[in-house]
Amino acid sequence: MLDFSILTDHFGTYLTGLGQTVYASVLALAGSFLLGTLLAVFRITPAKPLRWIGTAYVEFVRNIPLLLVVFLFFLGLPPLGVVLSPFACGTLGLTVYTAAFIAEAVRAGILSVPKGQMEAARSSGLSYGMSMRLIVLPQAVKIVIPPLNNQFINLIKNSSILSVISGFDLMFYADRIASETFVIFSTYIFAGLFYLLLTVPLSFATGWLERRLARND
Amino acid sequence: MDFKDAYVWVNVEFILRGFLMTLEVAAAAIALSFLIGCIAGTARYMRIPAVSPVAAFLVETVRNLPLLLIIFFTKFALPEIGIKLGVAEAAIAALTVFEAAMISEIVRSGLNSIPKGQIEASRSSGLTSFQTLWHIVLPQGLRRMVPPLVSQFISLLKDTSLAVIISLPELMHNANIVIGHNYRTAVPILVLAAILYFAANFTLSLVSRRLETRMA
Repeated sequence: MLDFSILTDHFGTYLTGLGQTVYASVLALAGSFLLGTLLAVFRITPAKPLRWIGTAYVEFVRNIPLLLVVFLFFLGLPPLGVVLSPFACGTLGLTVYTAAFIAEAVRAGILSVPKGQMEAARSSGLSYGMSMRLIVLPQAVKIVIPPLNNQFINLIKNSSILSVISGFDLMFYADRIASETFVIFSTYIFAGLFYLLLTVPLSFATGWLERRLARND
Repeated sequence: MDFKDAYVWVNVEFILRGFLMTLEVAAAAIALSFLIGCIAGTARYMRIPAVSPVAAFLVETVRNLPLLLIIFFTKFALPEIGIKLGVAEAAIAALTVFEAAMISEIVRSGLNSIPKGQIEASRSSGLTSFQTLWHIVLPQGLRRMVPPLVSQFISLLKDTSLAVIISLPELMHNANIVIGHNYRTAVPILVLAAILYFAANFTLSLVSRRLETRMA
């Protein structure tokens, strides 16, 4: 039933796609971690306008589809005179979308750090920003790692959206192989296996991390 | 940006028709995936021999694949082995398989969160393991599952947009067609689509909050 010649003949094509998928996911993870942390800090800072911005961003982005965010970059920017490559549009869309979810994870992490830590830091003379950066955030990281790992898995899966705007990822190359060979079933089974190669180890790592961190508490 | 040209009635009606398709497909997939997810999650929780490991393998595989790939596969690869589905059926089937895997994990961890002592007490007071599940574990577990279940349903509603790749005439598909006629309408049309998705999902989360307060 499985046509293994698809895998052997097009192994290089699959690998190119796999590389691009990893590249887009890592870029988007880095970007959305920075943006998400900023948003999380916005959401818990005492400054009302910042809190409002953070909440509005998270609530809005979490309730619309990723495809719509990607289309905003891909279809919405060109009429305004900004033309980016499909890969850039896809990666930016992934970043903006995932940041909302990471913001929630980081916020939960920050809130789990006891209040006394912030009070002690402030009363020993550190500014709010410094206490956040030097005292609270490093302690929050531990709680944030497992959900962050989960978001990375989601990112890898979601990066397949690049294929919709021809963004040269694994799914895009699978589409290309299928349209050249007319063998659809085997082509996508192998594409699926390549995705599993990335996501399953990460999934096990998340479970392992959760158990380990739980033991330390 | 061309707001006046974008929001003519022909376009708005076309978009709304797409939105209706989105809601229909989402409703069908929510009902089916909830049913299958509950069965699979309970089977894994009960550690039924033979069934549990198979369910675990399937759930872990499906959960770790991109939904886009599953949708495409259902519509275009399954015919090669004799399973031909229409566009809407393929979308519902693919969404159901993917979300059922997610929901089964929610159900399993919800059931696992009930303290062991409750089960021991119920078993030693003479209830069978099925009665224990039905009268003791499920009612308490379900209450804890409501928030994660609803956020999974919200994901499902958003994920229906991925059916654009098999040309299901849903919201994003229709929005894309309108934009294809005039690129200057892209932003207004996408904003309209975003508002519709937001409204549907926000309603879902309101229902969830209502359910939580009623069940507590």
